[in-house]
Amino acid sequence: MNTLKKFLGLVWMVLGPLTMTFLFIQAIDKVGLTHTDIERTNTILQWAIILFIFLPISLGLMIFGFYAWKGEYDRLPESSEEL
Amino acid sequence: MSDNLPKNNIFKVIGASSLGTLIEWYDFYIFGSLAVIIGHQLFPEDAGASALINTLAIFAAGFIVRPFGALVFGRLGDLIGRKYTFLLTLVLMGGSTFFIGLIPSYKSIGYAAPILVLILRLIQGLALGGEYGGAATYVAEHAPKNKRGFFTSWIQTTATLGLFLSLGIIVITKNILGAETFGDWGWRIPFLLSIVLVVVSIYIRMKMHESPMFSKLKAEGNISKNPLKESFNNKANFKMVLLALFGATMGQGVIWYTGQFYAQSFLENTCKLDFNDSRYILLWGIAFATPFFVVFGAWSDKVGRKWIMLSGMLLGILFYRPIYQMFLDDTDYTKIEQTDILSATPAPVTSVLIANLTDSLRTVSTKVMLKDGASFNKVQIDTVSVTKGILLGKEVVKDKVLPKPIFWKFVGLIFFQILLVTMVYGPIAAFLVELFPTKIRYTSMSLPYHIGNGVFGGLVPFIATLIASFSGATPLSGLWYPIGIAALSLVIGTIYLSNKRDENIND
Repeated sequence: MNTLKKFLGLVWMVLGPLTMTFLFIQAIDKVGLTHTDIERTNTILQWAIILFIFLPISLGLMIFGFYAWKGEYDRLPESSEEL
Repeated sequence: MSDNLPKNNIFKVIGASSLGTLIEWYDFYIFGSLAVIIGHQLFPEDAGASALINTLAIFAAGFIVRPFGALVFGRLGDLIGRKYTFLLTLVLMGGSTFFIGLIPSYKSIGYAAPILVLILRLIQGLALGGEYGGAATYVAEHAPKNKRGFFTSWIQTTATLGLFLSLGIIVITKNILGAETFGDWGWRIPFLLSIVLVVVSIYIRMKMHESPMFSKLKAEGNISKNPLKESFNNKANFKMVLLALFGATMGQGVIWYTGQFYAQSFLENTCKLDFNDSRYILLWGIAFATPFFVVFGAWSDKVGRKWIMLSGMLLGILFYRPIYQMFLDDTDYTKIEQTDILSATPAPVTSVLIANLTDSLRTVSTKVMLKDGASFNKVQIDTVSVTKGILLGKEVVKDKVLPKPIFWKFVGLIFFQILLVTMVYGPIAAFLVELFPTKIRYTSMSLPYHIGNGVFGGLVPFIATLIASFSGATPLSGLWYPIGIAALSLVIGTIYLSNKRDENIND
């Protein structure tokens, strides 16, 4: 199980930037459609907010992956005294 | 210490904490329950669907700032105590809700209306970010170790009961005033009523004592000097914050908001159900499912928290699309036969001048009653232009009232979704409390909870509606967001989380 935890850490590390890239592509694509598809909706602001929120979360996922890769989750604390 | 607390005292603690938290959830959710009406009040009349999306964005803004509220008030709670911090959040929440009820409409003050509501909504979000962690921590720190899941599950019922209360008050107010008056000014009443509820709750909370564990830490001089630094600068603790977020609260948040908020939004805006019908369905679903928060909370004391929460996520991933497909199929009235129709009564044609004051919008509407007890309105809005003649609009079917068997089938489908909510949400307060030590508990558990619920969960109606509005999307496309997030959380939770309970949280 610890090997699986460790190697999945790599997946989470890659997933963070992949998610952001996907969101950036979606944002550019959808903002370009604003005037024809969704009138009066401030799509630029909406996507800016989405990117602003999910950027630190993606970074968090990368850090989580890094910790997993380093084996930090191989043994979880048995009680909060160990934290 | 908490193990020796008399039984009637623990129920006083639970009652006083839960009432305040319930009112905060009520305040927070009336905005979402009235999104369509508020959209008409805050934005230009011809804004159409974008008014709803913009209103949902303001609604979502309240969720987005919840993690910041968790940091600000969590820090306060770990520094000055649980009791005074969640008294402060209650005042902020009640005050901002009351003022939303007083904001003039777009017709009176233009774009100042949505901007003011946005500011008040942000204050609501900050207050809620501080409230929940405090209440859950406060109850858990009073609860005996083998009943922490059971006792904190009462706090967990408050979010759903807050939604229930908001829907109930909205439906009652609308039925008393009538649809037109309610849409005009009656929608303000549920917001204004909040001030009464908050005053009652403040009175009750003033009588409460500080948490015994926090009081002990304070007496020993062991309270944290910098809870933020200790929570997030300490790697051992920060890695648990990340694990709590990605392995539990992220998936829990999307299950919560899909089952209750997106479901309502979908029934009302996509299936075009009647205002009351969509709310009655949700009210029944909540009423039947709410006791299960306590059932799963108590069960988690025996079998552990992990697998109950993850099972709820798995069931959501598997069943959301079939459930929402059934919603669509059963409200599709495009294929009805002429022989199914009992009557079709045209309403008087109405005309409204639009911005240029020469053209107008003509509304042609017909009330159709079916033999099985269902009914709906066929509405067509045409543009009557001086220069271009009459531009015929698309006929839409709305205000659908379901026949009784389908109504109860929908109640069952909503009940099932809320049952999943009770599985993921019932045990999670105890799970989070047990993950972190007393002196930084308020801060540490609040952040993953509010990112999971406020950001991932709270954005479900907004992001799912946005995805469904893309060209080429189907009405079910929006569900990929909660399904994807829940799947990721399920995988991380299954592999990385432990099912072991921390018996001693007095540290």
